[in-house]
Amino acid sequence: MTITSEGQETSTAESAEPALSVRNLWKIFGPRADKVIGTPDAELSRADLKTKTGNVVGVKDVSFDVAPGEVFVVMGLSGSGKSTLVRLLTRLIEPTAGTICLNGMDVTSASEKQLRDVRRKQVSMVFQHFGLLPHRQVIDNVAYGLEVRGVPKKERREKAAEIVDLVGLTGYEKSYPDQLSGGMQQRVGLARALAGDPEMLLFDEPFSALDPLIRRDMQNEVIRLHSELGKTMVFITHDLSEALKLGDRIMILRDGAIVQIGTPDEVVARPADDYVKDFVSEVPKSHVLTLKWVMRDPRPGESLEGPALPVTTIVRQAARAAIASDHPIRVMDGDKLLGVVDEDDIMRVVVAEVES
Amino acid sequence: MTEGVAGPGLRARGFVESQKLANPDSPRPVEPGAAPPPPERKTLSRWIPALGVIVAWVVVWYLTDGKDTLSLPGVARTALHDDLTEINNDLLAGRDTNPVMLFTGALADALRSLVEMMQGIFSKPNLPRPVPEIGWLGVTACSTYVALVVANWRIALLVLASFLSFGVLGFWEQSLDLLIITGISVVIAVVVGMPLAVLVGTSARANRAITVVLDVMQTMPTFVYLLPVVLFFGIGIPSAVVATLIYALPPIVRIAGFGIREVPTTTIEATDSAGQTYWQRLLKVQIPMARKTIIVGLNQTILAALSMATLASFVDGPGLGKPVLAGLRINDVGTAFVPGALIVVMAVMLDRTTTAASERAEKVARGGGGDPRTRRILLIGGAVVTIVAVYVSRTYVDLARFPENTLGSRIADVVNDVMDWITGTFSGATGAFKDAITNGLLNPMESVLAESPWYVSGLGIAALALVFGGLRAMITTIICLAGIWYFDLWHDAMITLNMALVGTVLVMILALVFGVWMARDRRVDLGIRPLLDAGQTIPPFVYLIPVLALFGPSRFTAIVAGIVYAAPAAIKLVADGVKAVSPTTIEAGRSTGQTTWQEITKVQLPMAKGSLVLATNQGLLYVLAMVVIGGLVGAGALGYDVVYGFSRSEAWGKGLAAGITIVLLGVMLDRITRAAADKRRDDPGPRRAFFVRLPIGPPK
Repeated sequence: MTITSEGQETSTAESAEPALSVRNLWKIFGPRADKVIGTPDAELSRADLKTKTGNVVGVKDVSFDVAPGEVFVVMGLSGSGKSTLVRLLTRLIEPTAGTICLNGMDVTSASEKQLRDVRRKQVSMVFQHFGLLPHRQVIDNVAYGLEVRGVPKKERREKAAEIVDLVGLTGYEKSYPDQLSGGMQQRVGLARALAGDPEMLLFDEPFSALDPLIRRDMQNEVIRLHSELGKTMVFITHDLSEALKLGDRIMILRDGAIVQIGTPDEVVARPADDYVKDFVSEVPKSHVLTLKWVMRDPRPGESLEGPALPVTTIVRQAARAAIASDHPIRVMDGDKLLGVVDEDDIMRVVVAEVES
Repeated sequence: MTEGVAGPGLRARGFVESQKLANPDSPRPVEPGAAPPPPERKTLSRWIPALGVIVAWVVVWYLTDGKDTLSLPGVARTALHDDLTEINNDLLAGRDTNPVMLFTGALADALRSLVEMMQGIFSKPNLPRPVPEIGWLGVTACSTYVALVVANWRIALLVLASFLSFGVLGFWEQSLDLLIITGISVVIAVVVGMPLAVLVGTSARANRAITVVLDVMQTMPTFVYLLPVVLFFGIGIPSAVVATLIYALPPIVRIAGFGIREVPTTTIEATDSAGQTYWQRLLKVQIPMARKTIIVGLNQTILAALSMATLASFVDGPGLGKPVLAGLRINDVGTAFVPGALIVVMAVMLDRTTTAASERAEKVARGGGGDPRTRRILLIGGAVVTIVAVYVSRTYVDLARFPENTLGSRIADVVNDVMDWITGTFSGATGAFKDAITNGLLNPMESVLAESPWYVSGLGIAALALVFGGLRAMITTIICLAGIWYFDLWHDAMITLNMALVGTVLVMILALVFGVWMARDRRVDLGIRPLLDAGQTIPPFVYLIPVLALFGPSRFTAIVAGIVYAAPAAIKLVADGVKAVSPTTIEAGRSTGQTTWQEITKVQLPMAKGSLVLATNQGLLYVLAMVVIGGLVGAGALGYDVVYGFSRSEAWGKGLAAGITIVLLGVMLDRITRAAADKRRDDPGPRRAFFVRLPIGPPK
């Protein structure tokens, strides 16, 4: 946990109350799971704990905040506990210890009824294998969340039809799930999650089962919906490029514990340990890193005549300007000069990419 | 940004990277440093120690032949049997005071009046009327109309033809009685069974508990239910309904529960995350998604009820079973043939109707079902015709009571002539076959099993249980054997066991040949499977009729009937097991250049071992059930003891002892084979739920 150092907390620099706040969340599967936390056993590695007590750690002492409107990506390999984590958030799996606050409401101590209310109105979820009802038409699948709330049939069908249009399934309202392709089925899953107009969407590896082209379409769809609707999203994936593409911030899990939380460029530029480093080693850095990570202080006597670019510019986009100009680029935060970048600095990033 | 610096370190890294690229899917170790799984001890093939046990047993038998066999002559009883009879008599004497007997007595009265009321409406003169409330024309019209509503016109025609055949062949009243008993039992079974199925489907703990009870219920051969049921409910209608109900309950609980349990977790999770309540989940997700399976369960329950309602003629239950039984008792195949054929007609009718109804329900649920206006006209027209038919059948005697004709008895005569001709012509062949099996397999095995001293046989069986099923199976076996010994019917039990074993060996030979053939050739599968489906639909009682005609009353007849009864299930299990072997594995094997024989013996059969063991398990239990019923047709041993117990009140105790012994044999065989199946950890297929009869239908 020491890796989530103070320095990285600053990237949560939202002053507003977080939409989701998770503190010291644990999930241990097995007999007498609650007896492990707080004992020295909790510090054991997963394999050792399994042999010693028969318990398996799903999620290990996880804390994080998600700001309203943020896309927060949780990534890790299979078995890292990410799918367990997302199910803990609405207590589809009961947590062993810790607290989860949704808009200031404590989910962990909510009653059955309160919990149902949270699921009905505040948080919706999209699943890897869609989880559609095969015996219902698309429109009634989408309306299911409204139906369990008790919305009258006419009203919920109208609302569902709107959402079906929104996700680009116009004309398929009367189809059954098994008549649709995987990508379209997931659009239905997405529509179902949106139909209840929740404040937050949870995605559990929603596109892993789709082929690459469809996956790219769906990722763009999520980006579009996010910009149109501005919902808070927690997105689980094992695909780094997906994480980098969608995430405002990325949390990397390993064996149930947090390895690193940071913005995409932070994770790529400053991997917290060898595990993350290994992960991001094949990422084309010039596509992810911003000038912040390559700039340096101007050398004495260096020209400051070059073009000015904001510090958030991606390296690749700055390359053309750097090559075209004889002077180093000035990296600016508003009017303030932060540093300079010249052709060599940029080439270093690109070359490193090619050689790795 | 140290990556820009070239050097030896970078080259090494590049190497690692290229290794990674060469194998991009290689799983990263989730738990680095975890120890590899310990190598498993390669165990000796189980057949070698098994052979050792058998050889030792044969040697000991040779030396001790005929000693301490605990043989008990057919009509002899022991003190224990008389004690059991005494218990029976006491219970009967306490009919008016014992609270349990009072309760079952009241229940029996309620069931009797319910059935008699239905009979008054449909099948028997409802005094003072000389005929039932609704005559044959009305009943036929109603049934046809119901078939039209729930299924389609083809099924309606089938139902119409079936009902007409009941009347034309002269068994109208018995057919309707059988339908009434079956119908009432099925309704009660569904009312009781569906809540249990929901429990089984939604709670793991309830599932375990209920499964144990169902296992025991289904290990019991049908015949065995009857004795205790008669004790508490008396001879006649109530016992028939209760026995049928008990037999029909497990399929719906098990199969519907299975369907509910198999609803994908993702769907449950996805809909839970929408905030549904327990009832919303049950009624909107679990039951609709399990609907198809639930209907399979209903279908199986109906067929089970029909087969037990037939058998209930032993306890004087009304219906078509009675004339069959009467024919079998006097060895008159012709008499038994017509009602037997009508039972088959009824089974096919019920099976087709429920299947078609479920298909139609599926279609309607998906927005199909044809033009609603045409359908409405059809339904209204049909209703008018039906009402008119009911009305005139109440008014005219000829439309109320089916006109008498001699077709049925003429068919019986023809069948008898044909049978005489067949037995006359083929008696050489059937006799030779019978003698070959009897002398080659049945007698030698029976000698070893039954003519060894009881302690030798017991030891031998326990040792084999240890070899095939392991320690726990052996302990169960020893307990069962002790029970068998206690009930004083050891010798009969060994004879019955032998018949079951011989029958199962023959069933497995059939299952292997046809199962592998079906699995390897789709056309064969398409050709044979409908026959197997039909075989599974027919109540077992009916099998006895043709087999008896061919082989005459003997042990062998019971075994053949058992084989005919068990083979369809076993063949299907083997076929599906072999077919489930992954095509990749077979392709991989072929790429090494194996022959077809090698492919079957080295790939397909070993990988389908789980299914083979399961087929053996089912084969044993099916054959055992049939061999016991075979007591009626000269199979002797335990089956005869049960029949004898029914017929003589002073032998009731012996009949009960035989019944319990049969259950013990069944439990023992079930446990051994099941443990053998569980020991197979190399079986790649999913564990199939035991006792779920395979769904009837085209190959997957």
